[in-house]
Amino acid sequence: MPKLSYLGALSKALNDELARDPSVCVFGEDVRVGVANITKGLVEQFGPQRIVDMPLSEQAFTSFATGAALVGQRPVIEFQIPSLLFLVFEQIANQAHKFSLMTGGQAKVPVTYLVPGSGSRVGWAGQHSDQPYGLFAHVGLKTVVPSTPSDAYGLLVSAIRDDDPVVVLTPAASSTDREDVDPAELGPVPLGVGRVVRPGSDITVVAVGHLVQEAVAVADELASEVSVEVFDPRTVYPFDWAGLAASVGRTGRLVVIDDTNRFCGFAAEIVSTAAEELTLTAPPRRVTRPDGTVLPFALELDRAAQPHRDQLMDAVRGVCGLARKDP
Amino acid sequence: MSDAMSEQYSTRERLYRTMRLIRRFEEFCIKLVRSGEIAGGIHPYIGQEAIAAGVCAALRPDDYITSTHRGHGHVLAKGADPAGMMAELTGRVTGLNKGRGGSMHAADVSLGILGANGIVGAGAPIAAGAAWAATRAGEDRIAVSFFGDGAVSQGVVLESFNLAALWQLPVLFVCENNGYASTLTVDNAVAGTIVGRAAAFGIPAARIDGTDAEAVMAATREYADRARSGGGPALLECAAYRFDAHHTWEHKSFVRYRTREEVAEGRSRDPLLVQAELIGSETCERIDREVEEVLESARQFALESPKPDPADALDHLYATGLRPRAGVTAHA
Repeated sequence: MPKLSYLGALSKALNDELARDPSVCVFGEDVRVGVANITKGLVEQFGPQRIVDMPLSEQAFTSFATGAALVGQRPVIEFQIPSLLFLVFEQIANQAHKFSLMTGGQAKVPVTYLVPGSGSRVGWAGQHSDQPYGLFAHVGLKTVVPSTPSDAYGLLVSAIRDDDPVVVLTPAASSTDREDVDPAELGPVPLGVGRVVRPGSDITVVAVGHLVQEAVAVADELASEVSVEVFDPRTVYPFDWAGLAASVGRTGRLVVIDDTNRFCGFAAEIVSTAAEELTLTAPPRRVTRPDGTVLPFALELDRAAQPHRDQLMDAVRGVCGLARKDP
Repeated sequence: MSDAMSEQYSTRERLYRTMRLIRRFEEFCIKLVRSGEIAGGIHPYIGQEAIAAGVCAALRPDDYITSTHRGHGHVLAKGADPAGMMAELTGRVTGLNKGRGGSMHAADVSLGILGANGIVGAGAPIAAGAAWAATRAGEDRIAVSFFGDGAVSQGVVLESFNLAALWQLPVLFVCENNGYASTLTVDNAVAGTIVGRAAAFGIPAARIDGTDAEAVMAATREYADRARSGGGPALLECAAYRFDAHHTWEHKSFVRYRTREEVAEGRSRDPLLVQAELIGSETCERIDREVEEVLESARQFALESPKPDPADALDHLYATGLRPRAGVTAHA
């Protein structure tokens, strides 16, 4: 079985959609050369009219894509740095997202914002290490964080085909992942549908992006003591509440691990909605970055501010009433 | 304006009719703001009508425009139905945007009107993108980005100048210099000159009298033809004066930033009177009567149209029809 890499999956998704639909085009910085290894080779195949290197004008080219989308194109913007999304929040949250409602359904803005290398790329410090999916989910943008190469392929394909703007954040920590998969079996993965990655009966762990692997590792490690179900929502917004309800219905317990800031964060939303609407047999917990985190530079500090496997282990044990393991 | 109606008029008369329609439409709207029929108020365009009328008269029906928070003039001049506009402003389901956009977001995409926009300067890159897409599709449509003098200090506008010039996109940037960004005078806001900013990007630019509709139309036609035939972007700075408040709330907040003398002087060059002198009083009276009839039926249509059902508050949030999950929608 061939090995599919995470970045290779994103690249293949772009290639396939460019080939399938002539209205798909790619905008971004350094996309012709393909510094993120996702757009490499596309300009040779599809030409500079469709693979467009943009000047360093993120705000203009983000709304430029909106204008192109309003009149029939289907642009994919590749952002090299997740924190740039703060710069173009106006153009995405206030313009692209609002056009459909403000025009009473006259306008659609099918733009995909692809952000490879989201979250910490160790050593990239404060302004290159954000993971802003909670912000876009809060605004109501369709927001996707794939955790595996085949999901990266399938969710990016669905994002490009979707008639609304979609933010696709792919974690830096996932970019070197590989998966045994037959390329012929790759297909679109619907937005808004989560996946039980590992079934279990005692507790549900909701994990997003690269933290899905961490959650599975913790589940394996605790297997002799407790049966952990790992739920990957895949799409942060709209969230698969039915999928989570089914999982929590089986387990009755909940921990969320999420690589974003704690206060007003994604994990807070999952935990509070579960508290309102689901039946929990124990108080839930969250494992997140601290409130208002800015990731510090030094390796030890960077790692200290990110959710960690040991914290998840403790949270699972705590919710399940197991003794805390001695270090 | 229907085709049958437009044939009754010469170009000169059409310009007057468009301006008269905008003027009277807004006077109607100001009344409706005061009576509470229009919530939130409007940003009156009165005094600047020659710009919208002149520019749009030089465009083709399939050209694109992006507009501003002071957008009624642009939207009407590009051909939007006054009844649909009035219904939109009064929040009716029969409005152009089904009552979801209101004054600051009025749009008719079928007429190439890609929306008025509540964020100053935000339409410039959208117009550039639409122009790029038209070129890519092998069409010779052009896009016009209207913005005020306040917008020339927005980075995104200058970034758009760069993209448009770099790729010679068929975009016409129309700066309506009414002297004020809300209450801040242009002298206190703009270093250098507005046309100078375009020149820095190699974009041809001209400053013209924005109270002379025929001059605006002629200048637009020259730049539009140039853009349509691959000549790239241009900027028109149209000097005019905003007769009324920045926004109708000024009537309540009593802000003072202009002298009576200045307003009187600004109002003394009324673009409608300039155009009226060219066509004679008899024709004017005929057109005026016709405009009154159009507006009276627009007002009736709007006020007799149904208001939206609160349960539909978030219809159209997503083009795909996705709705917030049950239990989340307010007042559903």
